[in-house]
Amino acid sequence: MKQVQDLNKLEQMVGTREKEPSSPNPFVRSQSLVFFSTRKRRLTLISFSLLALVFTLIICVTFGSVAVPFATTFKVIWNHTIGLLWPLAPDYTKGMDTIIWQIRLPRLVLAACVGAGLAGSGAIYQGLFRNPLADPYLVGVAQGAAVGAVAAIVLPLPAFIYAAGAVQWGAFLGAIAAVAIVYNLARVSGEIGNTTLLLAGVAIGSLGAAVTTLLTYLHNEKLATIYGWLLGGFNASGSWDNVSMMFPYLAIGAVISLLAGRRLNVLQMGEEQAMQLGLNVSLLKLILVIAATLMAAAAVSVSGIIGFVGLVVPHLVRMLTGQDYRQLLPLSLVWGGIFMVLTDSIARTVLSPAELPVSIITAFFGGPFFIYILRRRRKFQGRQA
Amino acid sequence: MSALLEINQLKAGYASRIVLHELSLELEPGEFLGVLGPNGCGKSTLIKSISGILKPKSGEVRFDGRDLLKMKPEERARVLAVVAQNTILPPDFTASEVVLFGRNPHLGAFEQEGPEDWQIVQQAMEATDCWQMAGRFVSELSGGERQRVLFALALAQQPRLLLLDEPTTFLDTFYQVEVMDRAAEWLRAEPKRGVLAVFHDLNLAAQYCQRIALLSAGRVLALGTPAEVITAENIRRAYGASVVVVPHPVNQLPATFILPGNQK
Repeated sequence: MKQVQDLNKLEQMVGTREKEPSSPNPFVRSQSLVFFSTRKRRLTLISFSLLALVFTLIICVTFGSVAVPFATTFKVIWNHTIGLLWPLAPDYTKGMDTIIWQIRLPRLVLAACVGAGLAGSGAIYQGLFRNPLADPYLVGVAQGAAVGAVAAIVLPLPAFIYAAGAVQWGAFLGAIAAVAIVYNLARVSGEIGNTTLLLAGVAIGSLGAAVTTLLTYLHNEKLATIYGWLLGGFNASGSWDNVSMMFPYLAIGAVISLLAGRRLNVLQMGEEQAMQLGLNVSLLKLILVIAATLMAAAAVSVSGIIGFVGLVVPHLVRMLTGQDYRQLLPLSLVWGGIFMVLTDSIARTVLSPAELPVSIITAFFGGPFFIYILRRRRKFQGRQA
Repeated sequence: MSALLEINQLKAGYASRIVLHELSLELEPGEFLGVLGPNGCGKSTLIKSISGILKPKSGEVRFDGRDLLKMKPEERARVLAVVAQNTILPPDFTASEVVLFGRNPHLGAFEQEGPEDWQIVQQAMEATDCWQMAGRFVSELSGGERQRVLFALALAQQPRLLLLDEPTTFLDTFYQVEVMDRAAEWLRAEPKRGVLAVFHDLNLAAQYCQRIALLSAGRVLALGTPAEVITAENIRRAYGASVVVVPHPVNQLPATFILPGNQK
């Protein structure tokens, strides 16, 4: 018990950021907006973010062509979850219940899962490659999924296979196959080089894009379906079934993210140095690539290709809370969810009753943000030189 | 007396080229062993093979009787630490956070750093005189300060063998002496420790090493005390450079002077 108290005291000391820049406390970080990540602060940040996600979900459910009061939304969600034990009196119509619980909420929860999967996998890839511009699509996830999905769309499969989610499974398996090929191409005598991995990703990516284009060209009677899938979104896919299809992969990825934080920090020293610090680098890489790929592939399979989330969200989190992967990974997951819920809500309502593809909204945020990051990096490097 | 570190018939290199040809070398407990040799002679390959970055083709490396090459990475990192030149430091971390990485091999798979780890970090940083910069970002440190932090990182691993891979390159005279003094001091602090140091600077090696191995093309050309190894003849054979070796005016250890324009 005493040890725990000591730890808290130490962490407080470590974590305090004093006002005077020339503090005598050697743990105080200088010239920074970034706080040292203590365990307590980490937990606070993560719980606060989870609350923010729940709050965002409830608020966004009220948006839509049919106005639903906040109180009703809350009651419906309550009665379907905690209310199974302690129900509140339903003073709303069955139609309201359907709109909220069967239509809007599953869609937003799916958006949250997809955002979390993409952002979480982006954060992992950025840490693995020690490259802030890495994202899940760079290693072939998007193009692989596209080949799988488009192949499933154009193949003359019997209807019951489509009903069983052929397109989704095509996308999921396509994404995993692409990353597996990229990973094996990059393996040179047992070692995975970062540059080779990214180059292989680009190569397989363009090959995949070529196959997708070819299939689309040969089957232009299915052009609308294919185009709709490639654009991505939650209009057609927002259901509890899809949420439960994606959730296990997200959960696996999230658990691994929580465990990998400390090791990813050490990896930032470079691979050789990390090995000398006792890290099994190739094993770590393999596990993290699998975790990131499962999350991204599951996300893409239910949503189509939504860009920039995997790149932008980890960066936002990094800028706000620092490089420490022990909090960067879980926070990326949660804020990826928040970001996706917000952007989907915009896509759903801005031109109501028509709907914009959500990837247009994410790209509207993502493009300018990308430029900002590049400029900031240049400035940072200028300062270092 | 059995050796602390035994390198037997070590053969190592890269896909196309063997760099170390069945090299054998022993380090006694408490010994400061220097490795000298021209560029490309296999000095760095030797450090990489011992520290587990490069898998040797054949041969064995034993520490205190245990097979280093068969150890798990975290086990190995508890036994030996490396201080190298030009190490990457992640810019967004503070000095103390980086030193805390040294505790990584001591933590279990699901474990987090505890108060005793922070205690060890503090001790390591005090020992290398960088505790006062614990809260500063490593990107803001000077070359000498960075090397102090890296030394503290190695100490936080609580190793018994220290591998120095030309850690004084790019440092001014003050810091060069400081790093080597610190390594010598660490070595003396407890028995059954060892330092294996790779040098470019012949004079620095002569001052600190009890024995020196002079490598050439992946083989040991000469092995012995500084006075035995650092001779004008050996230097000419290994480096192809003409030098004059005289006794150091204070401690009589060999001091090397170059002869400009007289190669060969």
